[in-house]
Amino acid sequence: MNITNTFSISLKAILLNKRRSFLTMLGVIIGVGSVVLLTSLGTGLQLYVKKQFDSIGSNVLYVVPGNPFAGGGGSETAILERTKPTLKQKQLQSILRSNGELIEGGTATALDTAEAKYRNVTKRVTLYGVDASYSLVQNTKAAEGRWFDDSEANRSQRVALLGPKIATELFGKADPVNKKVKLDGQVYTILGIIESKGGGFGGPSFDNYVYIPVNTLFANFSTQVVNSFVFRIKKQDLLPRAKLAIEGRLLDDLKKDEFTVFDQTELLKTINNILGALTAGLGGIAAISLVVGGIGIMNIMLVSVTERTREIGLRKALGATPNTILLQFLIEAALLSIIGGMIGVFIAFLGTLALQQFFPAAILPESIALAFGVSTIIGIIFGAAPARSAAKLSPIEALRSE
Amino acid sequence: MLLALTDVSKIYKIGGEEIRALNSISIQVEEGEFIAVMGPSGSGKSTFLQVASLLSSAEQGEIVLKGKNVTKYSEVELARLRNKEIGFIFQQFNLLARTSAIENVALPLVYAGVGAAERRARSIALLEKVGLGDRLNNTPAQLSGGQQQRVAIARALVNEPSLVFADEPTGNLDSKSGEDIKQLLKNLHQEGKTIVMVTHEAEIAQIANRLILFHDGEIIYDEQTGFSTDVRSEKTLEYINELKKQGNSPRLLFGKKTGK
Repeated sequence: MNITNTFSISLKAILLNKRRSFLTMLGVIIGVGSVVLLTSLGTGLQLYVKKQFDSIGSNVLYVVPGNPFAGGGGSETAILERTKPTLKQKQLQSILRSNGELIEGGTATALDTAEAKYRNVTKRVTLYGVDASYSLVQNTKAAEGRWFDDSEANRSQRVALLGPKIATELFGKADPVNKKVKLDGQVYTILGIIESKGGGFGGPSFDNYVYIPVNTLFANFSTQVVNSFVFRIKKQDLLPRAKLAIEGRLLDDLKKDEFTVFDQTELLKTINNILGALTAGLGGIAAISLVVGGIGIMNIMLVSVTERTREIGLRKALGATPNTILLQFLIEAALLSIIGGMIGVFIAFLGTLALQQFFPAAILPESIALAFGVSTIIGIIFGAAPARSAAKLSPIEALRSE
Repeated sequence: MLLALTDVSKIYKIGGEEIRALNSISIQVEEGEFIAVMGPSGSGKSTFLQVASLLSSAEQGEIVLKGKNVTKYSEVELARLRNKEIGFIFQQFNLLARTSAIENVALPLVYAGVGAAERRARSIALLEKVGLGDRLNNTPAQLSGGQQQRVAIARALVNEPSLVFADEPTGNLDSKSGEDIKQLLKNLHQEGKTIVMVTHEAEIAQIANRLILFHDGEIIYDEQTGFSTDVRSEKTLEYINELKKQGNSPRLLFGKKTGK
């Protein structure tokens, strides 16, 4: 008696009862399917976030008012902090002046909204006030036309660049470069269109912004608040030194808890922690259905053992040892579970493909391997009790049963 | 000697009471014999079959099969021994449902570890021998009772056992099919197979060459040795005396008493 034969006996038993086998598998199918699908959503999000950060570059430092990383009820104060004019442009200038050996460039950023009008098209847009070095600092090139230069920025000239999305919305197929657009009634010249940065997933998209010099923004619109400073550091290993230098300068004017200097690895870590917890939480909830699926298998296997008492007795009379019977039912349970797992993975795969149309989802090979492992183990664990009761049957009693 | 049971008792304990389904029986089966085991219901003939065919253990006594004392064999060893040495024919046929005749016949060979090609060849040969060469792929539901029992007989023989046990092989069949099975068993005996058959039908018992009678867990008559002289229960003794009074040998007696 070898394992291949036991295997084919188990497989035959499953195929003889196709509908029941399928219903038994259903729990595992749903369990594995939802675990894989939800983790693929989570990992997809993480990969997406990482890609976005990588496109900016890794040697960037951010300065924001308050502490966005503070947990526990800090979020309200953090929002409040951001509306305060804590950061000043003169701080940025002095940091840039005295740290030329560390810092390649820096920009202040500020936000406001305005009504953009081109011919008869009107749109509510987000104005993003930046310095000319934003292009360098955030690695954002002009796909068409050009960026404004320092002199245009310093003189608060009414020039603007458009995100590719807003450009299409306002201008349709026409080329916006050198055209005039009205922002809250003021006439601005479009210098260029920036390359697409994607984003906008549950938050603002860089592709929807209208970029104007921060001085122009402060001169012509109501906001006077610097949202953040962004610095590009010359080399990644200079990051800690640059951070200290920036903090040192800011502490001249501000208290320690009025601002935060951070690089994107910290930000990425925080976001990944949140997404990781989210993924694990969703996966964990879905895993409950896996356990329910396992119990379904145990239930059917117990019924099956009772129903097939005569068969078991016969097999034992004809020479099956208790271990052979045990193995037959264990393999049957494991097969039900594994086949269910395979179908579940397949469905999750289709689901992921469908979701990718509008959501960054990605199936990792690890999550497939994990789903297979877990469904096999579930089959064996929940198949063990029925298999043991089958193995313990006495051939006489079994043959006598009706 | 093929199989020897010496002073074998099968004891059930129900509540505090001890019930001896087999009460110290001894019997020897020689190669090539065809033994019919008879007796009223509850006489212990079925229990005898279970113990002698190693399906059930005995609490007392010794069982020797082909010169080996198998009394203390483990469950696993007994399963292997049954697979190799013993063929079973049941009253209920006990074929696997929704499984082809050929796969049913091959089942003992699966547990013997025989390869697929050889399993198939040997199963086909046996099915042809029992006259079902054209029904290889039929499932039990597609076969008549007589055909099902012939599949079961093919299964009993496929691993070339040294002993075949049959438990009321015609009990579930109409008389025509019963006749076919009877003829088949007769032929097997003529080929030299050793058969032990439990039956309550005297007519079927006539094809055996040795008749054994059970009563209350004891062997009361054996065609080789005549009536037992040392039975334990008063009731059994009365039963023996009554049989003796009839004058004729039990084979003829039973033919009249219960035969169809």
